Amino acid sequence: MTERLDGPQAPGGDELAAGASPGPAETEPDVARPPATDTNTDTSTDTDADTATDPTDTDTGTAIATDPRPGATGTATAPRPATGHTAATRLSPSPKIAVFFLLPALLLLAAWVIYPIIYSIFRSLFDAAGDRFVGLKNYAAIISDPSMLATLWHNAIWVAMAPLIVTVLGLIFAVMTERIRWATAFKLILFMPMAVSLLAAGVIFRLVYEQDPDKGVANAVITTVHDTFSSSQGYPGARPRENDQAPVVLKNGDVVTRQPVQPGQQVLIPLVGLKPDAVEKATPAKAAGAGGLSGTVWLDVVRGGGGTVNQIDGTEKGLAGITVEAVAGGQVKATTETAADGTFYFSGLSAGSYDVRLPQSNFEAAFNGITWLGPTLITLAIIGAYIWVWAGFAMVLIAAGLSAIPRDALEAARIDGATEWQVFRRITVPLLSPVLLVVFVTMVINVLKVFDLVFIIAPGSVQPQANVIALEMWRVSFGGGGNQGMGSALAIFLLVLVLPFMIFNIRRFRRDER
Amino acid sequence: MRKLPPLQIGVVAVLALAAAACSNNSASEPTTKGSAPAAEAKPLAGVSIEVAAKWTGDEQASFEKVLKAFEEKTGAKVTYASTGEDTGAYLGPRIQGGNPPDVAILPQPGLVQQYADQNALKPLSSEVLAQIDQNYTPYWKELGSAGGQVYGVLVKAAHKSLIWYRQSAFDDAGAQEATTWDDLIGKTAQTLADSGTAPFALCAASGWTLTDLFENVYLSSAGPENYDKLAKHEIPWTDPSVTAALEKMAQIFGKKDFMLGGSSGALQTDFPTCVTQVYGQKKAAMVIEADFVAASVGQSGAQVGEEAKIMPFPKAGDTAPVVLGGDVGVVMKDSTGAQALLEFLASKEGGEVWAKQPGYLSPNRNVSPENYPNELTKQLAETIISAGEAVRYDMSDLAPSAFGGTDGKGEWKHLQDFLRNPSDIKGIQQKLEADAAKAYKK
Repeated sequence: MTERLDGPQAPGGDELAAGASPGPAETEPDVARPPATDTNTDTSTDTDADTATDPTDTDTGTAIATDPRPGATGTATAPRPATGHTAATRLSPSPKIAVFFLLPALLLLAAWVIYPIIYSIFRSLFDAAGDRFVGLKNYAAIISDPSMLATLWHNAIWVAMAPLIVTVLGLIFAVMTERIRWATAFKLILFMPMAVSLLAAGVIFRLVYEQDPDKGVANAVITTVHDTFSSSQGYPGARPRENDQAPVVLKNGDVVTRQPVQPGQQVLIPLVGLKPDAVEKATPAKAAGAGGLSGTVWLDVVRGGGGTVNQIDGTEKGLAGITVEAVAGGQVKATTETAADGTFYFSGLSAGSYDVRLPQSNFEAAFNGITWLGPTLITLAIIGAYIWVWAGFAMVLIAAGLSAIPRDALEAARIDGATEWQVFRRITVPLLSPVLLVVFVTMVINVLKVFDLVFIIAPGSVQPQANVIALEMWRVSFGGGGNQGMGSALAIFLLVLVLPFMIFNIRRFRRDER
Repeated sequence: MRKLPPLQIGVVAVLALAAAACSNNSASEPTTKGSAPAAEAKPLAGVSIEVAAKWTGDEQASFEKVLKAFEEKTGAKVTYASTGEDTGAYLGPRIQGGNPPDVAILPQPGLVQQYADQNALKPLSSEVLAQIDQNYTPYWKELGSAGGQVYGVLVKAAHKSLIWYRQSAFDDAGAQEATTWDDLIGKTAQTLADSGTAPFALCAASGWTLTDLFENVYLSSAGPENYDKLAKHEIPWTDPSVTAALEKMAQIFGKKDFMLGGSSGALQTDFPTCVTQVYGQKKAAMVIEADFVAASVGQSGAQVGEEAKIMPFPKAGDTAPVVLGGDVGVVMKDSTGAQALLEFLASKEGGEVWAKQPGYLSPNRNVSPENYPNELTKQLAETIISAGEAVRYDMSDLAPSAFGGTDGKGEWKHLQDFLRNPSDIKGIQQKLEADAAKAYKK
């Protein structure tokens, strides 16, 4: 839960700090009315619990409690001096005491939020060592360096995809759970990833996306589905020896005899690259009998080394079921298959010279799933993990909004003959739009500062293809770069990117209150 | 940093507070220890020394035994502080707060230069220098120096010129250990590949494993002089000697059959997963990495010395390569105790106490291999001693970390790109040179 609050935290806190201090003063004119005491107790608990709990108050939807204050600040500060002195009978403590109670929170906010921001701006104008003023050079580097531009581009992909998908999925889940029987259980399960720290989620998905289907769930599912429809039965990995003495060579993936052969000849096709264990149960290879064009395909590897290269030794196994083609002038003249002992015969071939070819299909590698963690898919793969974590959260917020929609509006529409889709499209979504917008904008803020998932899921070799601003900021300043000037510039750059969305969100909260 | 006073004050105050909290016990120790009975005989009785290093667990226990030997010898009281993985992040605030440990063991020589620039180090005393001259080749002395002044001494080494292999895979294929690079590629690896076992499990997702491989090939093919020049960026990365080394690496990188999972698989595999692939899953035969692979071998259930064996990195040229990593001890406070401790650690006596502990390898040429508890370490120590003047320190650790030590940047990134596309050697060299020029200029 706290993760979500990180984004808006800073200005939220500011707002509170600015708004909270005149709070008690502002209540003075209204002394007699009960709500005044409410506000007061509220403020004092805030102060007691220090800043740690303050931002939580601002954001968790208790906006009712906090937002009127900033809203009222502007109007309340002006009359304050007058009213503060004239109030003869106060139920609330004096401003001095209020300030005394607020001081710790203010100090901490100043030390942890305001001062770091100002110092970062200041620091971003200096070089790596911190003693040479470089002006806006660091900022210029952000928008001119190609790898930095790639980083910005990845953030753009994130912002374009993740918030939208999370919001839409959240909406779908919320509407669906309204109609199913075990809604609470369903919601609970969907919400559960929120209870997992992002770091742990990253570790989980690093495993999910593992290439090896024995380890990675994603590829295990995909290969299982794939293999039900088409399974490879050849000898993946088998290939001729790579030297000049080998009687067969690899040509465009096919295994072809080095010299053309004539009917009556016996062709030896020794292959390697398979473990002897893999064909342990196969029949030992035999030389083909005479008659027509014949030959043997076998695994020319002896366990423990030894054996004569390119000769059929006693223990070597034949490779059964391999498709063999006799090719002349680019045309396949005859096709056959090897027997259990690896022998094959072409009968009835006319005289002439042929190439014996084992087509590539014999050796096609088993489908090994998708390379999730490769350079092309990595950002999408990480976005997938992000959605897993956040969709449940979006669902809960939207479901809360959904339950607040007036039922009569929906029922009126249904009575008027609207289809369910029309009800959803014309009534539910428009009524929900404030909530959807809040979820969306919160997600945008959240996505802009994504760090941990990228850091953990992307292997080192594709970090450049997955990099995002927040990660680059850390890497440049602490993760080996040691350039805190540039790091500060990136931090400020990120803040500037996040700021419009935060202002938008805060304004929205305020407008909703009015 | 120091020239930004107005805004720094707040930070310094906070950091000082944190540093004070860290160094809780060092201040109170002398009084309690001062009245120790054996005080007369021992030169440093009543002196308390704080030493910071990154070691934890078994490594810490081994080191504490060495400290104990020092305490018994001198009467000083030594407290050990663990810096955690990021030594720089631990020491930085303590230096700024004016309260560094007496002695620190730095994981990279690069930090010696950095802290010397900040005036955070004290020059070593003549006694320590005498030990260094006696026990180390001049190369190591220079490595611990900054601006002509000697500040540090390598106290613990990691041997990076090894190839680990799985005996059963070699037996099945009939493969043999190789002594030259050509044999390694042409015979050992080819035989393994023909028998259906991937010869190499590369951990290319961890960029440093590729720089280690490059350093071995380069040291061996280009020789120690070129190695030093390249490490200082006195010759560019576009040098023909670099081309030659990369061409040799391309003999592995260019063959799909030589790497488990091909280059795409290798690039997704990080350290120590590659060790598991060799000894746990038994899918590949060899892994090219340092002596510390032993820990992961144990976790995969293989026995070092039986199923898991090592061969020295084969010669790719005239030099038998020995590349070391390791930790450098420095003095951060003016105190007799600190110099004495470093003198002890750099001495034959201290080295031999340490050598008897498992998991330790000494760069000290006078520490006899006989002291090591197992055959493997003895073998490693012998290669160090026999390589003599040709032993070199890990080049990427000597480079600015923006070039030689950051995920997704500099050398790590370009060697990974090279593995992805091994045909474009010239292009990779140009990119390496461009990044190196940028990083070394600072």
